[in-house]
Amino acid sequence: MEYSLNTFARLLQTCEKYNKKIYEIMQEKEAFDFDITVSEVRSKTQKTLNAMKSAIKNGLCSTQKSISGLCGDDCVRLTEKYKKQKAIFGNIFEKITSYALATVEENLRMNIIAACPTAGSCGIVPAVLISLSEEYNLSMDEQINALITAGAIGYVISSKMPMAGAVAGCQAECGVASAMSAALAVQIAGGNTSQIINAAALALKNILGLTCDPVSGLVEIPCVKRNAFLAVHAITASELALADIESKIPADEVVDAMVQTGQLMPPVLKETSLGGLAVTKSAVKISEKLRRPNKNSR
Amino acid sequence: MKQRSLFDIISPIMTGPSSSHTAGAVRLGLMARNIYSDTPDKIIFKLYNSFAKTGLGHGTDKGLLAGFLGFGVDSPKIKNIFKTKEAKCINYSYVFEENIDRHPNAVDFFIEGNINMCISGNSVGAGNIEITKIDDFDVKISGEFNTLIMFYKDKPGMISKVSSIIQEENINIASLDCDRNSKGETASMCICLDSAVTDKTAAKIQAVKDVYFVRNIKKLEG
Repeated sequence: MEYSLNTFARLLQTCEKYNKKIYEIMQEKEAFDFDITVSEVRSKTQKTLNAMKSAIKNGLCSTQKSISGLCGDDCVRLTEKYKKQKAIFGNIFEKITSYALATVEENLRMNIIAACPTAGSCGIVPAVLISLSEEYNLSMDEQINALITAGAIGYVISSKMPMAGAVAGCQAECGVASAMSAALAVQIAGGNTSQIINAAALALKNILGLTCDPVSGLVEIPCVKRNAFLAVHAITASELALADIESKIPADEVVDAMVQTGQLMPPVLKETSLGGLAVTKSAVKISEKLRRPNKNSR
Repeated sequence: MKQRSLFDIISPIMTGPSSSHTAGAVRLGLMARNIYSDTPDKIIFKLYNSFAKTGLGHGTDKGLLAGFLGFGVDSPKIKNIFKTKEAKCINYSYVFEENIDRHPNAVDFFIEGNINMCISGNSVGAGNIEITKIDDFDVKISGEFNTLIMFYKDKPGMISKVSSIIQEENINIASLDCDRNSKGETASMCICLDSAVTDKTAAKIQAVKDVYFVRNIKKLEG
């Protein structure tokens, strides 16, 4: 169908008008726009899902470092900890945090991941989606529904701004991924359309202003750990939304605020590595060390 | 305008770590390969600005080469591309430069072989790319469309000749850009199409008098 999904208000209206779920509207729109069938949209989504699962599986047991040598062994450190001492918040928390690290570490090792919405934020959606899928024994169809729901949230946001740290800081990357994850968690829990959109609004509202200031310009510090943090952040939003706690600022206005915040954010905090964490004493030391010629770098 | 897709958000499936510095680099390499479409003897990759500064840490060097050798963004070969037999068959090197007049993530491909060619492009974010120059001509190729590029003698009637050949296949032209170095000299035409023309049609255009060079470039998948 030819739906226009440029705002969350429109998305909600469309779902109500046709008495359909967000994922149904999104998959029908995608099929219409690109002249493919809904089942093709779903099988493409399944490919992304499979790539997410492989990345988690590979990442959970690897300690290989990145080219820079800065990161790559934190996931195993965390899973070892969980073996010795369970997480205070239980099994699902263990999964969410370790799956997020597993995926992002695969990314920095130059292995295969699914960008969602970007490579730097690739750990958040899979961490929440795959953890909940395992916990609740979801069928493949339910998993696909959840991932398309998450995609629809990102899709609506992307009508107002590109997902890039260089444009609006990390709020537009990890922040959006967290909003997408909050939405999919509500979809999995059986929440309604308003609750799904509300979850996205709550997640996004509470990370406004998040900067992009990576050390040495690499997708490593603080990106790796941030993925674990913002995967957990999504869960808070989904629980609140499922309790019908509303974002007093509607989702569309939260996105407007994010766009404005991005515009006001100084360029030194937007993926240029000229400010914030990237210019701390320790970061400068790390960068100097990396700049030294290293015959093992290739 | 680019048609937005669900799969801009939940894809691509790609080699990490960066959509702009890794996936974008692979796609630029793929486009350069398609445009050159011959076996080169030698290639020099010239990386600018952020590509030059942080490229090695992001595998930009590997991505550019892997793409040029024909590997897609989700190829597991990218990571170890320098060790592959494909890479050993080609003479390649890298140059790094700061230049504020260029895009933050710009690259030039200097390709030597049966013909020599210089192709320039930028990685514009989220894995999207643009080819901006072929030799001295400004072009605009994003890889989102099947694209015909041609160089020809600047004279009246060329656009109508070319478009009528395309019309025979009943293919819709999405956009058309022309450039020339000066009146009556060499001109370039860059035509984005809603579906690919056959190589037969491309050959027909190549056969038009005073058309020097034609490339039928397929859109990038994935």
